[in-house]
Amino acid sequence: MKVTLKIWRQPDAASKGAMHTYELDGVSEDMSFLEMLDVLNEELNGKGEDPVAFDSDCREGICGMCGLMINGEAHGPEVTTTCQLHMRSFKDGDEIVIEPWRADAFPVVKDLVVDRGAFDRIIQAGGYISVNTGSAPEAHSVPVPREDAVRAFNVATCIGCGACVAACPNGSASLFMGAKITHLGELPQGQPERDSRVVDMVAQHDAEGFGGCTNIGECTAACPKEIPLDVISRLNWDLHQAMRHGH
Amino acid sequence: MPDTTLTSDPSHDEPGDHGDDAAGYYTPGEPIADTKAPGGPIDERWQTRKFEARLVNPSNRRKLDVIIVGTGLAGGAAAATLGEAGYNVKSFCYQDSPRRAHSIAAQGGINAAKNYKEDGDSVHRLFYDTVKGGDYRSRESNVYRLAEVSTNIIDQCVAQGVPFAREYGGLLDNRSFGGVQVSRTFYARGQTGQQLLIGAYQAMERQVAAGTVEQFTRHEMLEVIVVDGKARGIIARDLVTGEIETHLADVVVLASGGYGNVFFLSTNAMGSNVTAAWRAHRKGAYMANPCYTQIHPTCIPVTGTHQSKLTLMSESLRNDGRIWVPKSKADCEKDPRDIPEEDRDYYLERIYPSFGNLVPRDIASRAAKNVCDEGRGVGPAVEGVRRGVYLDFASAIERLGRDGIEEKYDNLFDMYARITGENPYETPMRIYPAVHYVMGGLWVDYDLQSSIKGLFVTGEANFSDHGANRLGASALMQGLADGYFVLPHTIRDYLADGPFEKVAEDHPAVVEARKSVQDRVDHFLTTKGTRSVDSYHRELGNIMWEYCGMERSEDGLKKAIDLIRTLKDDFWRNVKVLGTAESLNQSLERAGRVADFIELGELMCIDALNRRESCGGHFRAESQTEDGEALRHDDQFAYVAAWEFAGDGEPPVLHKEDLVYTAIEMKQRSYK
Repeated sequence: MKVTLKIWRQPDAASKGAMHTYELDGVSEDMSFLEMLDVLNEELNGKGEDPVAFDSDCREGICGMCGLMINGEAHGPEVTTTCQLHMRSFKDGDEIVIEPWRADAFPVVKDLVVDRGAFDRIIQAGGYISVNTGSAPEAHSVPVPREDAVRAFNVATCIGCGACVAACPNGSASLFMGAKITHLGELPQGQPERDSRVVDMVAQHDAEGFGGCTNIGECTAACPKEIPLDVISRLNWDLHQAMRHGH
Repeated sequence: MPDTTLTSDPSHDEPGDHGDDAAGYYTPGEPIADTKAPGGPIDERWQTRKFEARLVNPSNRRKLDVIIVGTGLAGGAAAATLGEAGYNVKSFCYQDSPRRAHSIAAQGGINAAKNYKEDGDSVHRLFYDTVKGGDYRSRESNVYRLAEVSTNIIDQCVAQGVPFAREYGGLLDNRSFGGVQVSRTFYARGQTGQQLLIGAYQAMERQVAAGTVEQFTRHEMLEVIVVDGKARGIIARDLVTGEIETHLADVVVLASGGYGNVFFLSTNAMGSNVTAAWRAHRKGAYMANPCYTQIHPTCIPVTGTHQSKLTLMSESLRNDGRIWVPKSKADCEKDPRDIPEEDRDYYLERIYPSFGNLVPRDIASRAAKNVCDEGRGVGPAVEGVRRGVYLDFASAIERLGRDGIEEKYDNLFDMYARITGENPYETPMRIYPAVHYVMGGLWVDYDLQSSIKGLFVTGEANFSDHGANRLGASALMQGLADGYFVLPHTIRDYLADGPFEKVAEDHPAVVEARKSVQDRVDHFLTTKGTRSVDSYHRELGNIMWEYCGMERSEDGLKKAIDLIRTLKDDFWRNVKVLGTAESLNQSLERAGRVADFIELGELMCIDALNRRESCGGHFRAESQTEDGEALRHDDQFAYVAAWEFAGDGEPPVLHKEDLVYTAIEMKQRSYK
């Protein structure tokens, strides 16, 4: 099939960007969206035009590296990562608008590539359990109720792709942050640092320039791992508790 | 156990009569040995080595700089642990965050000899299974240590909050995995690698906050700096600004993963590459057993020529899925649900009754290839051949209910449905083997030190633990074992000689390393040829898969070497890389990686040519039993092939390290 691609091109963070239009023929519906961009880039390279820069790595939906706004939706029309979106989701003759993640806290590096370093800094602020290597107790010494382990797992599946931020009208990272707080807070191992974790992570979140959460829910709708909205309630509850405890 | 002692079939291949297929392609070198492994009883060796390794007192650790390249299970875990210990750690990755390292994609699980199921497991049995699974081509001492520390890994990960599957009583659950008969695999649904990596990543980020680890993302190591025979730093390129940076240190650790992308199509991440290891190889680090490639039996088949990568379906699926093809070619196009039981060939259960669908990966892979070569493959024909076999869950769904299957494999079933557009709850999945993991890598001693002093290599980037084949759920174990529990002890023995004399930025070795990086970048951007980087990579991949893939022969390998040499020559004269060096330039990044893959590919073929035996995932057509099974030749090839770089255009030098087994008897594998 044939598609018309409108792609955001921006040489680097300091330059101004603009939409460019490309016609691409011979697209097979078995191609992933990123394979379609590979084909475009081979064509551009052949014509002596700079290929479109975009992030991808594992191409099996787990590394979280890929992320594009496709027709205004984070990762495109399906609830999945861009690498697992296939061209069978589009029709012959479609016009497809492709932009980088949109958020102040994710500055554009080039074309469709953004800098998500803010996520690492939020984790550095407290998204871990403090345990030194080699000093861990026997794994069976702390049983974890199965339901708790399942809930922890379900939110630990967050891949840090940033779709939640890109989809949020406020550019909030509350879903990302809430997923980590819920994951660790659901387990007995995460209790000692539960109060300080939420306070420190929220402070870092705000310092990075992410917006506040107004419970719109676009984040969970766009999340390829279907992290539920109630992790944000959990985040708010934990923050409230921490403040009551004097943090 | 149905082991039989080694019996080779004289009608096919007489022991001691294998010639030297690779004569003329290499120069014989001096034998080498691992001088660090202590002797004595195998279960005391690691304790001995840990005790004998010298200590570095905490105030001196602050004065020592460690560079770690790669942030997967091995590199992330090492950065976290060495940071905790108080060294100054600099951590490098090419991705935008350390959390994206390809360890994240491992699905099935991690082995540990916890014996929680009381089904006869033990450290010794995990050791035994791993050595046997590696077809007696791994190192006994290393593998024993791996089994020994495996139990600590689980404790460590649980303490970090890794959400492993649990039973209703709150204790950890286990399952069995390809190639073994005990349940020793810990898992987090089908995303074990992700959960383990996030654990290591979080531990590392904690150290970043503490100031002991400095992380450099979107940085690629392009050269190792060797001063007076010791690794003293790296040259890295900031992939965003294009700046070529010098980073000096007292010790360098490569945890840069595997090189399966030499085949272009593989289950590796797109960015996984050999550059860090290959640059070190060119500086004097030996490359061991490069031809040892693991072909994974359960991948989603190729659909067309646009394909950029292959997707693995966790091997855990073989626990419940039954593998079959139609008995008759005429049925291959039919809807599988319309093929009655009596017309199906459950070929693994038929040929290997005691292991059935759980035979090791190489056996499952080759068996799938054989039935497809016979014309009994299923699914769409690509270039005239159907390359797929069914992995059928119908009887498991009957037994466990759809809910039971969803509980165990839901995300894998979703992934399959998304990629293929078919519903695997209703029709059987289709699978086919693909390149997944490499057992070869830089040569290291028991301390994980390469043949360059001060250059340590961990995880998939080294060669030592898996032999000619790798059992399921053992790569995660090795990555974390190396990073959390082995390297931190062995590296201190090296660092105890410090503090080392500082190296100046204008030292000739630094200047030379920077210049070589700059020259390569300049060359790619000024060549202005006609062919894209990817087109060379695809061509190399086709050559490698065809001649150095699941089955190899002397003629094929010699042909491949010729083809690769021609390709290399053309690449350097005719590659087309647009853009500049001063900003993000993904074609430029790939050009450097493909250049290294081409050189590696040639060495892999030479290594495969030298090894005229079949072992593990490496099947030499000239060495098989009467019924077509792989035939090893322990009398001639029980060695590690460690290759030394001798200069551009010069034949590599082959050093052999004899594999000595004292705690385990070499046997011919049999899974019948």
